[in-house]
Amino acid sequence: MLLVETIVMAWRSLGANKLRSALTVAGIMIGIFSVISVMTTIAALQASIETGLTYLGSNIFQLSKYPLNFSVVGDSRFKNRRNISYADYLRFSRLMGTEAGLICPKVWDNGQQAVFGGRKTNPNLELCGTNEGFTTANDFQIEDGRSLSKEDVEFSRAVCVVGQQVFQRLFPQGGAVGQTIRINERKYEVAGVFASKGGAFGSNDDNTVAIPITRFFQDFGSKNRTIYLAVEARNQLVYERTKGLAIGALRRVRGLRPEDPNDFEIYSNDSLAAAFRSIAGIIRIGAFVISTVALIAAGVGIMNIMLVSVTERTREIGIRKALGARQREIRRQFLLEALFLSLFGAFSGIVLGVAAGNVLAAWLQAQMVFPWGWSLAGILVCSAIGIGFGFYPAQKAASLDPIEALRYE
Amino acid sequence: MPNEIAMEPRLARSGADVVIRIEGITKRYVMGATTVHALKGIDLLIRRNEYLAVMGPSGSGKSTLMNMLGCLDTPTSGRYEFNGQDVANMEDDELAAIRNREIGFVFQTFNLLPRSTSLQNVELPLVYAGVPASERRHRAAEALFRVGLMDRLHHKPNELSGGQRQRVAIARALVNRPSIILADEPTGNLDSQTGREIMTLFENLHEGGNTIIVVTHEEAIARHARRVVRLRDGKIESDHATAHL
Ligand SMILES: Nc1ncnc2c1ncn2[C@@H]1O[C@H](COP(=O)(O)OP(=O)(O)OP(=O)(O)O)[C@@H](O)[C@H]1O
Ligand SMILES: [Mg+2]
Repeated sequence: MLLVETIVMAWRSLGANKLRSALTVAGIMIGIFSVISVMTTIAALQASIETGLTYLGSNIFQLSKYPLNFSVVGDSRFKNRRNISYADYLRFSRLMGTEAGLICPKVWDNGQQAVFGGRKTNPNLELCGTNEGFTTANDFQIEDGRSLSKEDVEFSRAVCVVGQQVFQRLFPQGGAVGQTIRINERKYEVAGVFASKGGAFGSNDDNTVAIPITRFFQDFGSKNRTIYLAVEARNQLVYERTKGLAIGALRRVRGLRPEDPNDFEIYSNDSLAAAFRSIAGIIRIGAFVISTVALIAAGVGIMNIMLVSVTERTREIGIRKALGARQREIRRQFLLEALFLSLFGAFSGIVLGVAAGNVLAAWLQAQMVFPWGWSLAGILVCSAIGIGFGFYPAQKAASLDPIEALRYE
Repeated sequence: MPNEIAMEPRLARSGADVVIRIEGITKRYVMGATTVHALKGIDLLIRRNEYLAVMGPSGSGKSTLMNMLGCLDTPTSGRYEFNGQDVANMEDDELAAIRNREIGFVFQTFNLLPRSTSLQNVELPLVYAGVPASERRHRAAEALFRVGLMDRLHHKPNELSGGQRQRVAIARALVNRPSIILADEPTGNLDSQTGREIMTLFENLHEGGNTIIVVTHEEAIARHARRVVRLRDGKIESDHATAHL
């Protein structure tokens, strides 16, 4: 008998029980959906990171009390560390001497709102008190005006450099430089505008407003604030040496004894990517385990439905055998039905998973991707599940005794 | 095919024209404490191109015997040779091939697939014989034409009358051009006019060389046959040639 006939027959008998078939398909679909959506999101984020949506400039590493935002904020291990104060920063700078290309302190207050005339930004500014090194340290470009200067910091001037999104919100007609905006009822003159950088990890660099760190402490207070220290090595060759010296300097500033572990974190763009990779790895394993469990459950569902189907169709099987169907033809018919169920589940799970993953990726401002490898793996695994769990029912149907089957009521 | 070559000497010994030879066949059904002896030792020799009627009261074992002859059921004891080959030694799939190619079976209860149309039902033996789709449709339609159901090709069994279902079952038995037709009460649901048409059809098949075995209650139908076997209580009561019309 031709394969086409078997396919048509399998298709027809699945169509005869649409709801039941759909529910069985849904089981497989959920399993595949969970793995594909997670893998799509991760792949999209990874593609974005590795094609250079960078948080820090090159040859720059950062020292701080907390590790990076997307890992373990709130962990008491980090919370109980001492803050890095402005005095710590000044001592650290002195100790580093001329080793570093630049040292940029950053202290953040997120969630402020900027106002100009009748216009307002959303209350989600990433307000940073910093110095003249900020543009380089955080890999920004100046689109209009200038960066913060040494003098701005020295005289705690009320000036600011605004991110692209802030600029567009407050100055739709342009001409920001020289205007005075208000943040938290305080006035700042716009000295410059950053070019757009896009965002990563759900944060948005274009929402940044940089003001002199000295001004920041005057206007927003220094209590409970910790400074992030970005340090630039003079070049790639001395990067590791500079990093070693910086760690030593900060340990001295914090009065650590040689046997004490560091009470601060060190990271760079590379370590950002690495940290992301290790978290991605854990999420992947999680998604994989969940999907495996879901798929096995779905496989048992397929087996159950196929056994019900074989029992219901005992007479039909008897008729087919009486008219000359061989065992392998009956077996193939039921195997194909099981395979169809699981492959429908696989395809719909892939389509939905890729869609959901890319929506999430778009929301996180990452690139769109199609996870070919995982999709192929999903199809193969589902085929195996369909055949594996469909085999016993199919074999049971194939080996029915024709006359017994014909008499079955 | 090597099988046929191997069969050659046996055929010669048992007479080349013997298609069915059964010896001492019994069939018992054990149902809890009671045992039903449906067949109690049947011997029968059927030659190629015979036209045989099986008669007997209800419950005498006619259908049981037919199932046995049609290679659907296996006897409790006794020997069944089909075309010189011992059926007991055959694999499941070999029996399936015989049912598909050699035997056309008209069931007493029709046994049509309820969700398939007349055409699809009649096509089924051709599907398992590996006949390509276009030829299949053509032959199935032709078989339905022969039983007068040309206008019911796309009806499902529950959209047909009892007699029409019976005729679909007959068309299905004829469609793969089997050499032996086993028909269990093929005219049971037909009016005498349609019944006569079916009997004429069988008559033509017989003249064309087919072996025909018909179970019937009606003497009028039995008169079409050349030989009548009467069963009673699972035994052959009589077996003789008829005064053919
Ligand atoms: N599967 C079965 N289990 C138990 N007993 C059975 C079974 N099949 C048939 N019998 C018994 O075997 C006997 C013969 O049955 P069979 O169907 O061969 O009769 P029949 O001659 O075809 O009757 P009818 O003319 O009514 O069709 C009956 O007594 C019946 O009860
Ligand atoms: Mg009967």
